[in-house]
Amino acid sequence: MARVRLQQLEKRYGDVLAVRGVDLEVADGEFVVLVGPSGCGKSTTLRMVAGLEEITSGTLTIGDRVVNTVAPKDRDIAMVFQSYALYPHMSVRENMAFGLRMRGTPPDEIAARVAETSRILELDAYLDRKPKALSGGQRQRVAMGRAIVRRPAVFLFDEPLSNLDAKLRVQMRAEIARLHRRLSATILYVTHDQVEAMTLASRIVVMKDGEVQQIGAPLEVYERPANRFVAGFIGSPSMNFVPAQADAGRLLVGDLAFALPAPFAHARGAVTLGIRPEDVRTRANAGGMRIPARVELVEPLGAEAFVTTAIPGGASLVARVPSRELPREGETVQLSLDVERLHLFELGDNGRSLALVEQSAPKPAKNRCVND
Amino acid sequence: MTKTRAAASHTVLLFVTFVTLLPVLWVFKMALTAEQGFNMSLNPFPDHPSLDNFRVFVSHTDSTGHWIFGRQLANSLIVSITATLGGLFLAATAAYAFSRFRFPGRRAGLTAFLLTQMFPGTMMMIPLYLLLHALHLLDNLLGLVLVYTTTSLPFCVWMLKGYFDTLPRELEEAARIDGASPARIFWSIVLPLSRPALAVTALFSFMTAWNEFIIAAKFMDREEHYTLPVVLASYVGSKDVQWGYFAAGSLLVSFPVVALFFALQKHLVSGLTAGGVKG
Ligand SMILES: Nc1ncnc2c1ncn2[C@@H]1O[C@H](COP(=O)(O)OP(=O)(O)O)[C@@H](O)[C@H]1O
Ligand SMILES: [Mg+2]
Repeated sequence: MARVRLQQLEKRYGDVLAVRGVDLEVADGEFVVLVGPSGCGKSTTLRMVAGLEEITSGTLTIGDRVVNTVAPKDRDIAMVFQSYALYPHMSVRENMAFGLRMRGTPPDEIAARVAETSRILELDAYLDRKPKALSGGQRQRVAMGRAIVRRPAVFLFDEPLSNLDAKLRVQMRAEIARLHRRLSATILYVTHDQVEAMTLASRIVVMKDGEVQQIGAPLEVYERPANRFVAGFIGSPSMNFVPAQADAGRLLVGDLAFALPAPFAHARGAVTLGIRPEDVRTRANAGGMRIPARVELVEPLGAEAFVTTAIPGGASLVARVPSRELPREGETVQLSLDVERLHLFELGDNGRSLALVEQSAPKPAKNRCVND
Repeated sequence: MTKTRAAASHTVLLFVTFVTLLPVLWVFKMALTAEQGFNMSLNPFPDHPSLDNFRVFVSHTDSTGHWIFGRQLANSLIVSITATLGGLFLAATAAYAFSRFRFPGRRAGLTAFLLTQMFPGTMMMIPLYLLLHALHLLDNLLGLVLVYTTTSLPFCVWMLKGYFDTLPRELEEAARIDGASPARIFWSIVLPLSRPALAVTALFSFMTAWNEFIIAAKFMDREEHYTLPVVLASYVGSKDVQWGYFAAGSLLVSFPVVALFFALQKHLVSGLTAGGVKG
């Protein structure tokens, strides 16, 4: 069983605690993506799992074995590096065969496995080329081939697509998703790109400053972010945040007062209101919270457009609207915010979601909120 | 305008080239002139070209009249090649450790290596003499090998460490995950990618050992233990200087270094790690 369990995993570099108390369980065959801004400790976490960084404290289990001090080669893992790390002086074939040779696999089996893997990855034609003579996308596939050919229990990916151009990235993303289904492999994948995380993951782990902020299925994290950081990090364009006051069943936004939505009835004092751009309408005929706003910027994308507006009190709200409903810049519109999809957070950049703090709806079991 | 500039710069370059090459041409001239005198004429071409000097140099005999040049050539080759290969192995392994591992004494070791480079080699003559004496390795080729290997080691270690530092670590990490041992990573990943640095280091070690004169002259007593620079110097006595033989010998002795340079030149390329890592 290729289960990976991280318990209170920590990494300290001198005075810096780069990874703080990470708890995570990756089930067999699961595709778990660690996502977060640059420097939040994703790579360090992954490298501890790989055995390339010493674990400062905590327990790492792969399968049924605690592997804290086991050498990387004995952990039954394979890793795909951001830089690909292909051996420049070896052909594609030798690159893929190297790991098998090191493990004493018989030559005919090596040949068979390299052939099979290169067929899956459509690298047959390039087997005798050196990495130098390959395009970025092909190098990326060789890097994956080198991992796949070994049939490890766990695949580790560290930002494998970040060196590709946008089009190739989308293509390779789909390829990785296909490979995951085909190999039913256990994958731990690191990226700073939340789109990659959303599209690939069975579960997402959002990290910040070395700490896990939330763990959950992509949509779960999207719909019910545990705190303001997660809410702002997942989703593009980012969720709108507006300062507000909660008081005696009312929600005050600037001079406007609304009834406090039911899940937040208990909220008191200064809060941050969060609403995703797609939950803001500019042609309001439905109900919801209605706020007058001046249109400041319209960015058409084709089928839809991002409309940036200024609301009373100085905050700005971005709405994502269908192109046929486009307002004009400078126009005053009635925004309508979908009350059902409103979020309230405690104050601060990391403010907890008030829906999760004390709430009526059942709390998703896997959500974990480690901020303080 | 550009034409006159080009003409001017070419004139200057030709002149400088001529000035640089003139001494070399003179050596050729002396080597190809049968008389042993020192001809001050500026004409770089010999009046009566002859290969006699070369013939005399390679048929050099000892006091009893036995041909000994072959033996001395072999001495030079054995000492230089052994010192180069041994030095390269020691320097590469040490440099890799200095580059990749953090151990107590790392900084001190590197600094000590640098310090030894600040003193002229001749300053170490007496300690080296005493050491070799204690080891009973005076007048012994192995003694020379030891001296040459160790004296070129600091430079080689720094040189190779500098290169290893530039090799991307992910390659070694990938190999570790692939199951390669540290020794295997060193042999199969690091060394093949370090060819340019290894070639330069080898050339340096070989040249140092091949051309070294002072220590060889002092430490080797018997003529059959002489290396070529010592033989060469014997033509330049205090009273009697045989310029023709000396010049012919110099040319012959510098030939292997030139040959080695051309042999190693194809390894002196950049971009060996191209395609391996991106970003
Ligand atoms: N070898 C190291 N020495 C000191 N600090 C390090 C080292 N590696 C990483 N860090 C620090 O640990 C933090 C997490 O780094 P990393 O895991 O690479 O972030 P991410 O992959 O999420 O961008 C960063 O603040 C980084 O500066
Ligand atoms: Mg990283």
